Amino acid sequence: MNFSIIADNIGIYFLGLKNTLILVSVSLSIGLVFAVPLAVLRTSKNILISGPINAYTYFFRGTPLLVQMFLIYYGMGQFETIKASFLWPFFREAYFCALFAFTLNTCAYTIEIIRGAIENTPHGEVEAAKAAGMSLYLRFTRIILPSAFRRALPTYGNEIIFMLHGSSLASVITIIDITGAARIINSRYYTPYEAFITAGAFYLTITFILVWLLKKLEYRWLAHLRRE
Amino acid sequence: MLSLQGYGPSILQGTLLTIELCLASLAISMVLGIITALAKLSRVRAANLIAHAYTTIIRGIPDLVLMLLLFYGGQVFINQVGPMLGYDAYIDINPFMAGVSTIGFIFGAYMAETFRGAILAVPGGQMEAGYAYGMTRFQVFIRILMPQMVRHAIPGFGNNWLVLMKTTALVSIIGLKDMVRMAGLAAGATRMPFTFYLVVALIYLILTSISILILNRLNKRYSVGILKGES
Repeated sequence: MNFSIIADNIGIYFLGLKNTLILVSVSLSIGLVFAVPLAVLRTSKNILISGPINAYTYFFRGTPLLVQMFLIYYGMGQFETIKASFLWPFFREAYFCALFAFTLNTCAYTIEIIRGAIENTPHGEVEAAKAAGMSLYLRFTRIILPSAFRRALPTYGNEIIFMLHGSSLASVITIIDITGAARIINSRYYTPYEAFITAGAFYLTITFILVWLLKKLEYRWLAHLRRE
Repeated sequence: MLSLQGYGPSILQGTLLTIELCLASLAISMVLGIITALAKLSRVRAANLIAHAYTTIIRGIPDLVLMLLLFYGGQVFINQVGPMLGYDAYIDINPFMAGVSTIGFIFGAYMAETFRGAILAVPGGQMEAGYAYGMTRFQVFIRILMPQMVRHAIPGFGNNWLVLMKTTALVSIIGLKDMVRMAGLAAGATRMPFTFYLVVALIYLILTSISILILNRLNKRYSVGILKGES
């Protein structure tokens, strides 16, 4: 094995690192912002409200991310109306399509994670809030959501890692993320071990840092559940 | 409503390959998972360490990177080892084998975690009782541990299976003619990418829905006689 090739081309890996981090953080943040209100609506008893959200999460959780990305990147060009509209400059860009697909995907998973946490709220807490005369809005913002976020944190941590790994698919539609960098090095020098092991080491490092950060966050947020 | 312009049969062929791929990699991952779970729980330090390294590394690296590493790397490896063994022709890796072994290898790590948890969930007294009856370690494993751990393993196993099925879409990248690849070919020829990828997405949706139904039934079956808390 000859890792000097990697050392000479380390710049492209750092470019890839930048793109991976941007793709992951942007899609996770936008996904989370939309997921919270949608998760609240998803718990509604009115099927006209919860039904469409349910269909959305079912579709995006039941199909591969790769296919979703292809649907957006290759699929949108099939429609003349989109090609003629102001949206086309966006959907023509691989970067935007990857971001769009990742956001839709993580949003769907996050909705279900938060919904599960909301539905697991101890009944007594809601009852107490009602007895104290809180409105539905107050109940959600003061009682249900804060405790639901805490319960959702460990699962959401898994979703973050999942998204980091999922982002490697961006390399399939020409984006130079960490995997994309490795594929370029592999095709240029035909050094699969060096190229992909380096990429793996990058991902492993990010994963370890994320797991460590999440543990710290859990330690703080779930302090009341800590065993002495 | 949907006109597939004669590409329906080829998509179905791809579907068949996807299903074969899923089942074959599931079998490999279960065998690897059980072995790794037992290694993790064993008192042999070396086995412990190897199993731990395996699950940590695999779960920390994206499936795609592992697949590319094993596919391209395996190709180089075999062609380096081949001549040493006196085989001179260029050896092409069969993409199906590459796909199956990679996915099986990856999900072996996830299965190991599920199985480890399930084994730990079986009360130790059960095994002790087995030994007290004079059963060998193997008999205890087959007669006492396995039947009881299945119930604890089913939820995690089901999740792994659903993720595994979706991961098989990645084999289209290494040139395997699964349904995603077939849809890509059809899309290129007909210029209807949205239609074909949507069809593939719907087939995946059907496969996951059927799986969920079966898993729910299995769960019910293996939980017979277990009292659940009233909610």
